[in-house]
Amino acid sequence: MSITIEHLDHIYDKGTPYETKALDDVSLTIETGEFIGIIGHTGSGKSTLIQHLNGLIKPSSGKIVVNDFDITAEKVKMTDVRKKVGLVFQYPEYQLFEETVARDIAFGPENLGLDAKTVEAHVKEAMALVGLDYETMKDKSPFELSGGQKRRVAIAGVLAMKPDVLILDEPTAGLDPKGRDEILMQIKQLHRKNKNTVILVSHSMEDVGKLADRLFVMNKGQLALSGTPLEVFRESEFLESIGLGVPQIVKLSEALIKKGIAIEKEIVTVEDAKQELLRLLGSK
Amino acid sequence: MLRDITIGQYYPVESAIHRLDPRIKISISFLYLISLFIVKDIRVFGLVTLFLLMIIKMSKVPVNYILRGLKPIFLIIIFAFVINLFMTPGDSIFHYGIFNITIQGVYQAVFMVLRLVYLIVGTSLLTLTTSPIALTDGIEHLLTPFKKIGLPAHELAMMMTIALRFIPTLLEETDKIMKAQMARGADFESGNIFNRAKALVPLLVPLFISAFRRADELAMAMEARCYRGGENRTRMKVLKYEKRDVLAGLVFGLYVALIVGLRFIM
Ligand SMILES: Nc1ncnc2c1ncn2[C@@H]1O[C@H](COP(=O)(O)OP(=O)(O)O)[C@@H](O)[C@H]1O
Ligand SMILES: [Mg+2]
Repeated sequence: MSITIEHLDHIYDKGTPYETKALDDVSLTIETGEFIGIIGHTGSGKSTLIQHLNGLIKPSSGKIVVNDFDITAEKVKMTDVRKKVGLVFQYPEYQLFEETVARDIAFGPENLGLDAKTVEAHVKEAMALVGLDYETMKDKSPFELSGGQKRRVAIAGVLAMKPDVLILDEPTAGLDPKGRDEILMQIKQLHRKNKNTVILVSHSMEDVGKLADRLFVMNKGQLALSGTPLEVFRESEFLESIGLGVPQIVKLSEALIKKGIAIEKEIVTVEDAKQELLRLLGSK
Repeated sequence: MLRDITIGQYYPVESAIHRLDPRIKISISFLYLISLFIVKDIRVFGLVTLFLLMIIKMSKVPVNYILRGLKPIFLIIIFAFVINLFMTPGDSIFHYGIFNITIQGVYQAVFMVLRLVYLIVGTSLLTLTTSPIALTDGIEHLLTPFKKIGLPAHELAMMMTIALRFIPTLLEETDKIMKAQMARGADFESGNIFNRAKALVPLLVPLFISAFRRADELAMAMEARCYRGGENRTRMKVLKYEKRDVLAGLVFGLYVALIVGLRFIM
């Protein structure tokens, strides 16, 4: 599923004193199977941008094409779009409502009109993907779970619809470091396995830098920067100026280079740095 | 969609109406509502219209913004119109099967719709031009005399502020949960009444849970700051009547006098 956005504008509450221009002339292309990171300061328009991708909000102007299919055109069946583009909202645990975990996760696939057997299979699979044990968890009330578990249930609720494009809006916000790493790892594994398109929204450079093939940096409703993590992290001064900064490990390697240490490889993740430093130490 | 509801919302601009003392605005709004029921002749609504237009002009709130506030009660207005149109006995001007429209019906229908619309417009003008804090302050002051007979004026006012304060929050929340469920394939727009009611469950359950959670958190936060009701509380901004408040009172007095006078003349 490729996605093309052309000159997208979005203005909230147009014609009232609360009018906000949330997106300003955003154009970008996402190829099938890419792992995309969207990053930006709070209020930079990330959530607004991704809600356009499955037709939850309509652009004020501009065009969005998903798989050669113009979803901004009149009379498009939004249910068809939402089948293909799954969106996990920020703090998705607040949308849980069913009596049991399994039934909550089944809500999405049931709405797609799948039969009971297929739904159950999808639910099982989705729960396994987010690391929830089907047998012990399926009959629990979602409301008696811990915050991290609720989050997993909610994410599974979208995964169970098997979307071609998976969008996650700050899936790790408010989780402890362990829960955060686990969820990010599961998303990465899912992407490796299914080769579907994943769009991860975050305001943590560390998280997206590690995972994404390509980054889009949003600032004040505009697409400020895009490229591979390496390309983006080269603009560390610009990133700092819009309140983002680069991962600490990138900063460290920059500082080492300034000190005259011959780091040759460009560093994005801690793993990169580890190998490079070991190489340097070994060569001495 | 849901954010279009403007009843009870504050429209933050600087204007002569915004600056008026909340007590005078609340009193005027209250008496204005009564005045609408004194009107018996449709022509007198001309005067009410003039009066309202004058206030709207002075308040700098765009007319279409105010009219948007009518959207949620649009159905009620239509209903009132239709009922009065068909149910009023009198001289028939149109007859078809069981449908019978009388000249009195037309008059009555227009009359009722005008009254309803002016009721809503008048009250929304109060909240549009008065910040929730000022509004509560005003209500509390006006209710103070009733404290003697055991009316918890401060608590009532506080409850009202909180309710007003949370309308936008809850609407925002509804919007968010609705979108989240729509992303999971929920359909709030089609199907028969029964199906639609069922479709609301995934919306209402999370909404209630979140409302209770918010109430709990708010109570905790207030307690943590030692809130314990109106006793011995002082204010940062003490309400004081100004010349403009007296002037507003006089203008409104003239309006009431005209309305009452016209009722006896017409
Ligand atoms: N439903 C909404 N109604 C009005 N304004 C909104 C709404 N959602 C977001 N905004 C505004 O749009 C801007 C972008 O918000 P958002 O897309 O949520 O940013 P991010 O997800 O990057 O934090 C902000 O200024 C925000 O206040
Ligand atoms: Mg956001």
